[in-house]
Amino acid sequence: MDNNEDINPDSSAVPEQDSVVEAISNIDSDIVQEVSDENATSPVACRLSEVETSTESEEDFGERRGFVKFLCIVIGGIVSAVPFGAGIWAYLNPLTREKEGSGDGFVKITTLDAIPADGTPTKFSVISDKEDAWNKFKNISVGAIYLRKEDGKVKALHTVCPHLGCFIDYRSIKNDFFCPCHNSNFKLDGSIVSGVSPRPMDPLKIEIRNKVEVWVKFQNFQPGHDHPIPLS
Amino acid sequence: MKTLINWFDHRTGFRSLTKEVLLENIPGGSRWRYVWGSTLTFALFVQFITGLFLWMGYSASSGDAWESVNYIQNEMTGGWLLRGIHHWMAQAMPILLLLHLMQVLVDGAYKAPREVNFWFGVILLKLVLALSLTGYLLPWDQKGYWATKVATNLANLVPFIGPEIQKLVVGGTEYGHHTLTRFFALHAGVLPALIVLLVIGHIYLFRRHGITPAEPIKKKDAFFWPDQVFKDAVACLAVMATVLFFVIWYHGAHLSSPADPSEPFSAARPDWYFLYLFQFLKLPAFAGDKEVWGAIYIPSMFVGLICLMPFIGKWKVGHFFNVGVMFAFLGGAGALTYLAKHEDVAGPNSAIYLKALLDNERDARRAIELARHEGIESTALNLLKTDPKTQGPKLFAQHCASCHRYDGHDGLAHSLPDAKSLDELKQRTSSLNRFASSNSVHPDWSARFKDSNDWQTVEAIIAANREGTFEVIAGNQFKEAPSAPDLKGFASRQWIMDLLRPEIYISKRFFGGTIHKDGDMYRRFLNRKVTKYDEEEKEMLKLVALALSAEAKLPLQADLDKADAELIQQGVDHLIDDISCINCHTFQEPDPDVEGPDLTGYGSRQWIIEFVKNPEHEKFYPESNDRMPSFGKKNILTEKEIGLIADWIRDDYYKAPNSPITH
Ligand code: HEM
Ligand code: FES
Repeated sequence: MDNNEDINPDSSAVPEQDSVVEAISNIDSDIVQEVSDENATSPVACRLSEVETSTESEEDFGERRGFVKFLCIVIGGIVSAVPFGAGIWAYLNPLTREKEGSGDGFVKITTLDAIPADGTPTKFSVISDKEDAWNKFKNISVGAIYLRKEDGKVKALHTVCPHLGCFIDYRSIKNDFFCPCHNSNFKLDGSIVSGVSPRPMDPLKIEIRNKVEVWVKFQNFQPGHDHPIPLS
Repeated sequence: MKTLINWFDHRTGFRSLTKEVLLENIPGGSRWRYVWGSTLTFALFVQFITGLFLWMGYSASSGDAWESVNYIQNEMTGGWLLRGIHHWMAQAMPILLLLHLMQVLVDGAYKAPREVNFWFGVILLKLVLALSLTGYLLPWDQKGYWATKVATNLANLVPFIGPEIQKLVVGGTEYGHHTLTRFFALHAGVLPALIVLLVIGHIYLFRRHGITPAEPIKKKDAFFWPDQVFKDAVACLAVMATVLFFVIWYHGAHLSSPADPSEPFSAARPDWYFLYLFQFLKLPAFAGDKEVWGAIYIPSMFVGLICLMPFIGKWKVGHFFNVGVMFAFLGGAGALTYLAKHEDVAGPNSAIYLKALLDNERDARRAIELARHEGIESTALNLLKTDPKTQGPKLFAQHCASCHRYDGHDGLAHSLPDAKSLDELKQRTSSLNRFASSNSVHPDWSARFKDSNDWQTVEAIIAANREGTFEVIAGNQFKEAPSAPDLKGFASRQWIMDLLRPEIYISKRFFGGTIHKDGDMYRRFLNRKVTKYDEEEKEMLKLVALALSAEAKLPLQADLDKADAELIQQGVDHLIDDISCINCHTFQEPDPDVEGPDLTGYGSRQWIIEFVKNPEHEKFYPESNDRMPSFGKKNILTEKEIGLIADWIRDDYYKAPNSPITH
């Protein structure tokens, strides 16, 4: 045990033990008594109690052992925290990862002629570049939107339900939008007819470029709010 | 607090459990030599935690493994630390295992009644080594790929069922997705589960028998808590600190370039703790069909012997025998490890080995750079395969360097830091230096006096014993002198100005090794006219060089060409009128009567591609082509490959800002 002698602190250097340490030291002394009287028949315990009685007689020994215990807990805590710390740091990466914005966010969807003149909504895939962790895909579908002509002007609505993100269907029989997950019902302009959706279907900004090209600023929004908040 | 603990104790009885755990008696008191078991448990704990978190970023497929590990290592905040700890703790484990085993043997802790526990330990050791072996493949880099391939091929040697075993381990006949899924399931599932079970058994049995005190017992007994725990904790702290030191030093762990079945990696080696086995197999005794002895029979018998040690150790002599055997094994394994390392860095093939390390490092950095800049659409390997900077020199070395050179070498050499003096060069060449240092030099590589053009072997330079500053490259030596122009800087201003100097034109660096040294360009123009040029004509020739070089539209010269547009226009005029290159060359307007190669777009990507495809085309050397094969016409190279070479020669590829690479 003399290996520990060098860390024997003078009493002023003993840090204040926190309650856990105290508690554990208390357990310790409780147990020592229990061990010595419960297992008094086993040879091991006999030796133990000898040790204990002889060591306890030394004056400042109890205090030193308290410090050793304190150190054990501190060191144990530090070394165990390292792998967790590294792991959690890496795990939290998505919170700090910045989404790379490419250009103005507008994506070319189709041409004017592809949208029915009678105002029927038509679904179009959004083909764009996508960054997915280590991959960067060029020209793959990243989502879908509904395009519809209203008084000759083109309107765009997101296909994702503002409630909890299911895919909203267009029902041609009833000529309306319907989310099958929790029965939310929308008019053709996206406003709520019935159901649990907290807000109307999300409109997307549109630009007509080169006279006939339909470009849409494609974004996804957080579900559940009463107004659209872009996901970033 | 106390009431809370009491409450909790009443429901769980945790106090008596804690008591059980903490108040183990240690005869003779706590000792530093008992810490190894605890450090191993701790190391396992660290591996489990970091492994679990790595798992959250790792993708076990041959198109994603390298990519995801690279992402962890180089893109994820803290990923390098996480991966580094897992990697370096895995490096520490064999050492801790060995220390633990030696302590148990030397202190006689393996003898009756502890036989079973000793066997548990031996199995645990094997399992941990199996974890290391399976983990080595997971990043799917060249290093792990080729080294593991050798290891799984050894399974073939198992008598009777070898090929079947290999197929099962690999998940087919070829390495692929299923090799990774299988290895990963073993690595993160099966083996850890077995280890947990065995560790529980191991510790249970250990507690059942108690610790075997190291003789002689000089001190009083003590409890496990807190004295031994304290020593254990300090040891764990030391292990962790050492591991963290390496993690920070290497900023994580090394990732070599993506696995490529078509690209050899001459420096693939198993991790260092398997090197002795690797070297053992190279012993001449195991040549040919006797390999199975070195790979399977002898190692199995040795493990068998270890398992019998508890019985042998019953006799005092037996105990000494056991300890002796282990020390002999250690000595032998140590010697073999040294031999393996020595052979690599100083043996007959060491120049190849050391260069392979540099080659791989270059590809690895490039892959990381490209992944970051371009993103990975298919695989990282594909990024390398379509990268002029990577493929250009490889193709050049294979197809062009038998006649041409690139800065005096075959395109694949690595520039190393200059040697400021002969002494430094000598010192960096020593085999001691080659063991450890990254700027070491192999005597077979090349060096030249700064500002000279000719490479000599480092050995020759040292033998010549002339003081100077030396440029050094890691590159292959050639049997034959160059016999076609050196294409470094092809069509750049400097290159063309050199070309137009008569004495350089007929030097080996340009056309001295070709039939053109006797052609009209030299005889009728350079030698007859240019040698007699006055200052004004020399100035005109310079402008011609600028003009011709501008034809190449080299990206490196783009700014210069733009700034000198006026001079270039003058140069074009001289080219046509005063210097009259068009007497022999086509320029801008087609002219079927001239013999010299077309100067329109000279050195541009298109020009190079067309030329390499068919130098005998009438635009180039229909009559006077000297040996150069028609690479395109004869389908030796595809247009894409020729394009890679052209882009590389023209320095036309992505360059990472402040890239650590220097060439
Ligand atoms: C004693 C236990 C273990 C040892 C000795 C060990 C060893 C290794 C080694 C040598 C590597 C290669 C690291 C590199 O150089 O890139 C590795 C990788 C890996 N290990 Fe483990 N491992 C252990 C436990 C685990 C566990 C329990 C898990 C998961 C639950 C795990 C998950 C991984 C993953 C995902 C990789 C690939 C990432 C990478 O290569 O960086 N490991 N392991
Ligand atoms: S997700 Fe559309 S209604 Fe719930």
